[in-house]
Amino acid sequence: MEIARHWRLKEQRYNLTGTVCTKCGEKSFPPRRVCPKCGSETSAPFTFCGRGEVYSFTTIYEAPTGFNETAPYTVALVRLEEGLLVTAQLTDLGNDKPEIGMPVEMVTRRLRSDGDERGMLVYGYKFRPAVV
Amino acid sequence: MTDVIIAGIGQTPVGEHWEISLRSLAVQAIRAAIEDAGGLKPQALFAANVFAPNFSHQAHVGALLVDYAGLAGIEAATFEIGGASGGAALRQAYLAVKSGLVEAALVVGVEKFTDAIGADLETAAATETDSEYEAVHGLTPTAQAALLARRYLHEFNAPAGGLAGFPLTGHINAAGNKNAMYRKAVSLETYQKAEMICEPLNLFDIAPDADGAAAVLLSRRDRLPVDFPHPIVRIAASASVSDTLGLHDRPDPLTFTACQQSVEQALEKAGITREQVDLFEYFDAFSIYAALSLEAAGYAPRGQGWKLAAEGAIARTGQIPCATLGGLKARGNPLGATGVYQAVEAAAQLRGQAGTNQIEGAKVAMIQSLAGPASVAVTHILETL
Ligand SMILES: [Zn+2]
Repeated sequence: MEIARHWRLKEQRYNLTGTVCTKCGEKSFPPRRVCPKCGSETSAPFTFCGRGEVYSFTTIYEAPTGFNETAPYTVALVRLEEGLLVTAQLTDLGNDKPEIGMPVEMVTRRLRSDGDERGMLVYGYKFRPAVV
Repeated sequence: MTDVIIAGIGQTPVGEHWEISLRSLAVQAIRAAIEDAGGLKPQALFAANVFAPNFSHQAHVGALLVDYAGLAGIEAATFEIGGASGGAALRQAYLAVKSGLVEAALVVGVEKFTDAIGADLETAAATETDSEYEAVHGLTPTAQAALLARRYLHEFNAPAGGLAGFPLTGHINAAGNKNAMYRKAVSLETYQKAEMICEPLNLFDIAPDADGAAAVLLSRRDRLPVDFPHPIVRIAASASVSDTLGLHDRPDPLTFTACQQSVEQALEKAGITREQVDLFEYFDAFSIYAALSLEAAGYAPRGQGWKLAAEGAIARTGQIPCATLGGLKARGNPLGATGVYQAVEAAAQLRGQAGTNQIEGAKVAMIQSLAGPASVAVTHILETL
């Protein structure tokens, strides 16, 4: 993967910044130019609070390139407080067994190494068990 | 309007064909379909393939295949729509013949997984998800299915192992299909003891990637050879619907909306009800997809699809026979070719050529291929005239 492809996604990846439709108020993550609800093309950036709960999860043992060092790892669909789902890894689980409904919060971690391509590391959001 | 007829069908066994190349595999299926159609010559070839550019370092599959199949000069194109590639190429051929602009069109699906090395497989498979928001987090198609399965079992209080009926039915049916990859029934005990791959999915919940090629030749009724030897099977309807690529972009991931809409459109176009369908070749890339597809197709209420398998309703003698020649799980899943295998198998059922797996009196078959978690669903209805 090219460096530029990851660099231009840094707002989304580090801050969980998506969009809010200025016409109907629909929030989107990933960010969208065209509102999936009303079709409007006017949106503003919107940063999600980063808290939510686990909608579902699974553990991956046979990893694609770039994830071999982290395998096995747990991937989840997280239902954000704003109502949307987001795909991300669960991290800092310690002895906690993940479960559906578990409260989680966003943290920034290394997502993947770029395999043999350029040795580039990619950082972005993961979710850990909510501290409070 | 023109009736679009399945004039010829051809297939190779599904499995690991280390000794056969992509092109040889496809040409075998193409020549078989042409021969089955009494030598009818196509004016267009639509190839379905997903991973040749990755595994075999081969793009332009359509152009390669017309040449090697002895059809040089005719129209050639390749379709990549993930797991729905076969269904999508079939639809393009259907549209071409239905429009009257093409008299005979050949659809060939081919996939060559054994050309892949090591982590190639998972890496390539992950490109079928949203690269920037799913694959970057390490998500794979198998993990997507596992996320759905866990939520499904949780939300609908289905027992662990509640999805077992799907692979078990597939394996029973594959025993009678000489082209199937796994021709052996498996017991519930074997299922329960199988290795966990991506919890809650075990080895038997996941259809095996495989090599294979299948072909169908479509034409108009008035272009069939005079001594055409088979009962006539026509394509009564074709419908293709898309949904979000990313699973997280759906308000309710447990509803396969594209499945639902493409079935509704296909039934309406064919002018029939779902109760008139004699067999349903669903896309059981994962056991959970079979359950969700049956619910989307209206054969079970939300959250109850797994019971159709557990209670025998999808068996060959059941209310809605499914995976009648093994399905993806036991026939094998040569991804881009799978939708074409479904068409070949359904045509064999409607012609009365399904041997020990024949569904008695089958007149209407529905086939459906899915890309990812029904990010695209292509549904066809086939009928005997
Ligand atoms: Zn809007």
